Amino acid sequence: MKYQIRQSKADTVFGVINAALLGFVILIVLYPLVFILSASFSDPVAVMSGRVWLWPISPTLKGYSAVFSNNSIVASYINSIIYTVAGTLVNVCVTIMAAYPLSRKELYGRNVFMFLFSFTMLFSGGMIPSYLLVRGLKLIDTRWALIIPVALGVWDLIITRTYLQSNIPQELYEAAEIDGAGDFRVLVQIVLPLSTPILAVITLFYAIRHWNSYFDALLYLKSMRLFPLQLTLRNILILNTVDLSMLTDVEEIAQRQGIAELLKYSLIVVASAPVLLIYPFVQKYFIKGIMIGSLKG
Amino acid sequence: MRLVTRLHLNGNRTSKQKHDAPKTAGFMRYVKKHPVLYCLLIVPLLYLIVFKYVPMYGLIISFMDFNPVDGFLGSKWIGFENFARFFSSPVFNRLIVNTVGISVYQLLAGFPIPIILALSINETKQKWARKSAQMITYAPHFISTVVMVGILNQMLSPHNGVANKLVELLGFPAVNFMGKPEYFKSIFVWSGIWQNMGYSSIIYIAALTSIDPGIQEAAVVDGASKIKRIFYIDLPGIMPTAIILLIVNAGQIMNVGFEKAYLMQNPMNMRTSEIISTYVYQVGLRNGDFGYSTAVGLFNSIVNLVLMLTVNKIAGKTSETSLF
Repeated sequence: MKYQIRQSKADTVFGVINAALLGFVILIVLYPLVFILSASFSDPVAVMSGRVWLWPISPTLKGYSAVFSNNSIVASYINSIIYTVAGTLVNVCVTIMAAYPLSRKELYGRNVFMFLFSFTMLFSGGMIPSYLLVRGLKLIDTRWALIIPVALGVWDLIITRTYLQSNIPQELYEAAEIDGAGDFRVLVQIVLPLSTPILAVITLFYAIRHWNSYFDALLYLKSMRLFPLQLTLRNILILNTVDLSMLTDVEEIAQRQGIAELLKYSLIVVASAPVLLIYPFVQKYFIKGIMIGSLKG
Repeated sequence: MRLVTRLHLNGNRTSKQKHDAPKTAGFMRYVKKHPVLYCLLIVPLLYLIVFKYVPMYGLIISFMDFNPVDGFLGSKWIGFENFARFFSSPVFNRLIVNTVGISVYQLLAGFPIPIILALSINETKQKWARKSAQMITYAPHFISTVVMVGILNQMLSPHNGVANKLVELLGFPAVNFMGKPEYFKSIFVWSGIWQNMGYSSIIYIAALTSIDPGIQEAAVVDGASKIKRIFYIDLPGIMPTAIILLIVNAGQIMNVGFEKAYLMQNPMNMRTSEIISTYVYQVGLRNGDFGYSTAVGLFNSIVNLVLMLTVNKIAGKTSETSLF
């Protein structure tokens, strides 16, 4: 038998107000997203005259065909995929190479090492010395400039190390040692299979950071052919430099301007879609990452 | 994300003191016993030294009349001249006011909202509503800075932006929001809140779920209303988390998101949109004044470090919650 205490009137009122508040917040968060999506599917003339406010008006795919027929956008999209895949691979490898030894009690001086890593979160050389360094290493205007200088995230290293320390018991290492497994074999056959959740977390964190970053590219790259998507986006969305001659399938000047405006909306959708589509499926990993991150606090 | 970051320095510092500096002979013995561990660490350590500590060494150019042709060794030492030039420069006051102004605004407006959101989600009993509210409010966090500013430009555009349609509907003339210096701070802060409130609420929701349900049940039996329970159970329950995040944020007062501010800048709003980091970029990399801009950046980093340590110390004295 289950007894339930009857809700008081005040609590019912509270429930209603709370639901209204949450509904309001959700609307505010959703509206810009829905608006951008609708505008991206609308007719260029409707977009130009500002008639779109919630739903698409005379839906077309003109914006998207403009996006995909623009060579610099397509090229930078491919570049971004390259940077994200290669960069994340490097990140995850380097993070494991640091986190695994630093999680082992057998590593003498690990707290000194850990301090050296952590200190860089409090204080850093800053923009100009880093730029001069990358220039000195002759990495300017190469693809490596977007991968090597950000090869390791200290925060990611810390959460990985915390995870390994709290999830792999010391006895396991001892048992493996008795069975004659070396430290490398332990890493490959025991530690990595046991740490897939944290690997998923840091892979996601790194990949999204690569996909979304623009500033390193702005600092270090000069040739258009190397530009990642975010930098091309910046040129189009913020500096308003749409190369109209590159748009095909357009007859009239007036319509071209409409297309240029429409292209921005479609571009926003195309650029954000990969992350926003994957995100609901991996949401739990993000939350896990944050929770591991705050464990020590 | 960066908020949580700082919490980790904690363990490392305290446990560090337990060990003495490694003696060379003893150290080699450890290396011989576990060579793989040390070999693996070589690459990350090289990265750390080259890409984190070498730039710190590079900070010496803030005391030089640095000239890339002469390099680190050939450039002339000028002591604190670069700093003196910055402090007496006409932009100094404006940069500090803008940077601190945006930060404080962000701190005050951005602090309570994730807490309120977390409480609201926590009070929602239907599972589907909770789940969808969480999923929707976290989503904007994953939008890139460029896209975020792009959305702002589109929606606030004076020609065909939706915001201005509303303004015109209400009978006012269209406003160029992005070009008005007086709106810069608010647009910067509130779009940041729009983007991050859900994500920042995650940590509070977790803190709320870790409150012992027995306390809640006892309060219900004693006849406490929902409001009472929020004020006397939930809020005290998440207070330690809130204080830590507040400390971390307060230590970041001189650290305004460079990437977004830079993208939101235009010639019309420079008066309020120019902050220390965008100034460093402008002067250093656009105008090539390396020594001076490094000095400005170093000044900012030092203020940051001092702020972090001070705020942490104050927090450690007044409450149990401190970072390290």
